[in-house]
Amino acid sequence: MNADLGLWAVPIAVLGGMLRVSTPFLFVSLGECVTEKSGRINLGLEGTLVFGAMAGYGGSYLTGNPWAGVLLAGIAGTLFGLLHAALCSLPRVNDIAVGIALMILGSGLAFFFGKPLIQPAAPMLPGLSLGAWSNVPQLRSALEVSPLFLIGVAVAVILLFVFKRTRIGLILRMVGDSADAARAMGYPIVPVRIAATAFGGFMAGVAGAYLSLYYPGSWNEHISSGQGLIAVALVIFARWNPLACLGAALIFGGAGALGPALQSVGVTSGYYLFYAAPYVLTLLILFLTSSPRRALEGAPRELSITK
Amino acid sequence: MSEITDRAPLSGFQVRPLLGEAGRRRLEGFLIPLIALLAGLALFGAFIAANGKSPVEFYQLVYRGGFGTWFSLQNTMTRAAPLLLTALCVALPAQLGLVVIGGEGAFVLGGLAAAVVGPLFGFAPGSLAILTMALAGICAGGVWIGLVGAMRHYRGINETISSLLMAYIAIALMNHFVEGPLKDPASLNKPSTVPLPDPMRVGEIPGMDVHWGFAVGILACLAAGFVLSRTTFGFAARIAGGNARAAAVQGLPVGRLILAFTAAAGAAAGLAGMIQVAAVQGSANASLAAGYGYTGILIAFLARQNPVAIIPMALLIGGIDAAGGFIQRRMDLPDATVLVLQGILFVAILVSETLSGRLLPSRNAKAGGAS
Repeated sequence: MNADLGLWAVPIAVLGGMLRVSTPFLFVSLGECVTEKSGRINLGLEGTLVFGAMAGYGGSYLTGNPWAGVLLAGIAGTLFGLLHAALCSLPRVNDIAVGIALMILGSGLAFFFGKPLIQPAAPMLPGLSLGAWSNVPQLRSALEVSPLFLIGVAVAVILLFVFKRTRIGLILRMVGDSADAARAMGYPIVPVRIAATAFGGFMAGVAGAYLSLYYPGSWNEHISSGQGLIAVALVIFARWNPLACLGAALIFGGAGALGPALQSVGVTSGYYLFYAAPYVLTLLILFLTSSPRRALEGAPRELSITK
Repeated sequence: MSEITDRAPLSGFQVRPLLGEAGRRRLEGFLIPLIALLAGLALFGAFIAANGKSPVEFYQLVYRGGFGTWFSLQNTMTRAAPLLLTALCVALPAQLGLVVIGGEGAFVLGGLAAAVVGPLFGFAPGSLAILTMALAGICAGGVWIGLVGAMRHYRGINETISSLLMAYIAIALMNHFVEGPLKDPASLNKPSTVPLPDPMRVGEIPGMDVHWGFAVGILACLAAGFVLSRTTFGFAARIAGGNARAAAVQGLPVGRLILAFTAAAGAAAGLAGMIQVAAVQGSANASLAAGYGYTGILIAFLARQNPVAIIPMALLIGGIDAAGGFIQRRMDLPDATVLVLQGILFVAILVSETLSGRLLPSRNAKAGGAS
């Protein structure tokens, strides 16, 4: 009952932060995982995420229903995904460069249309209280999770099944591993990649809606701190395995929550260094798991970033 | 026999083409970006019109605010100064086929290093202190992006992602030092390092309201263009960029090229950060991370990674930037309007790559399709 938990407050706060902070990483990385499995990389998801945050907030504000906002964000994200996919389907157009351009364009459009939305308050997404059994208030608030997090976990499991056990997954992997083989088998390469990139955009849009409608739950021009980009690196770290994406997203959420958690118990020095923790961690993991001689294990062979 | 009939100089129909293969490429390399820029500006005009504003007024204001008067032109040059160098940070590694997008990190660290080193040379004449600060900026940036190159070469880590992560880390480091150990107690509202004394400030080009950083940036772009097109070092880089494996087989030191080019790229961005501190801000603080590194990416791509072409593109984007605030006030548009324009131009220039080899089809169709 006593709220004074001493140092136990830190792991509990990290757990809560992990569940809250990881969700956008999870959605973007799952979407990007599908896109990359098809042999394309979309770095523009950062811009899609920011636009999704704006569209989600605007949709929720205008309709009064936060889930309508999530849907709108997903649709907007899909459109960005389709744009990336269509441009990259032209000969000689580089997918990495288009991603960087769409990062700028997505953020620009989001700030352009989102300016009138900074002031008004939109209805937020509800949370689920998974900690109702506990009588420790900190634990209860830590276990207050968004339904979107649970949906993300379900999507991770479903994607694993789709990749491993279904015909669609097989076609997707074949297009990503060897376009020649897919072409020889008569599968349409460009439409598969367009669909995979559109799915990635949808997921990034939803992730943006999570940012603006659940945590941190507001719309402003600093809503994203590079989650869309870190998530792209996460997919590499997760070796293109959806369940590993979930694990990676949780680790990153935890790393991101460490700074605020320590701050809450009075450790304030080095705040900015803790802020850098997820980036350092990503880089460290990339460093430890890469090798100059062989391509990354599990990497789709058509992917430009691992060639 | 067939060779003779093929050339058939007397038939009268097979006139030599006006342009050789090289001339055709050069003309295309000029026309394609031009078409892309015009298409991008038209598309953005449509966007402005769809939002109920006049695109004509917008572009008139860009001209007036960015280029129309000597005053606005000088403003444009000042804005372009850091962009010339941060664009080099993208264009140099691009010669080797590397996409480095973390120039922002080298920029802020270069600025921070300069702000730290400068006051240590309080005893020395100003010019020596400025030189030392420039070296500090160059070293900080060079090491930072050089690390990206080293990770790429020795560990196979993708440079696009690592450079971006490094940029976030650099900004966090800068914020940490500026708000912690290096904070000037007198800077209350905006935590900053100790301001540089006047002799250590980079001044203006005589007769102009533009600081020397602009001249440094132009010289750096010209020098990079010279090295790339006129030296064996630059030639080796272009071969390695075309096909790293073939270059290695030829005995070219691909690893050393990667390290040299990424370090030089970071040095350019670091120098830009130093100039920003020594010529504009006077101290290092969070304002350093204002996106000069990211705008440099756009400019390098608009220039199609050609260091000399960076100069007009940096002036173009600098001019739009300079006019931005003025336009927003006059036309009541959000700040992000300029960002939308940048995004559209960026997309247009990338999509225009698809025209290369097809705009002016080569007589020798095979050669045209292979490059």
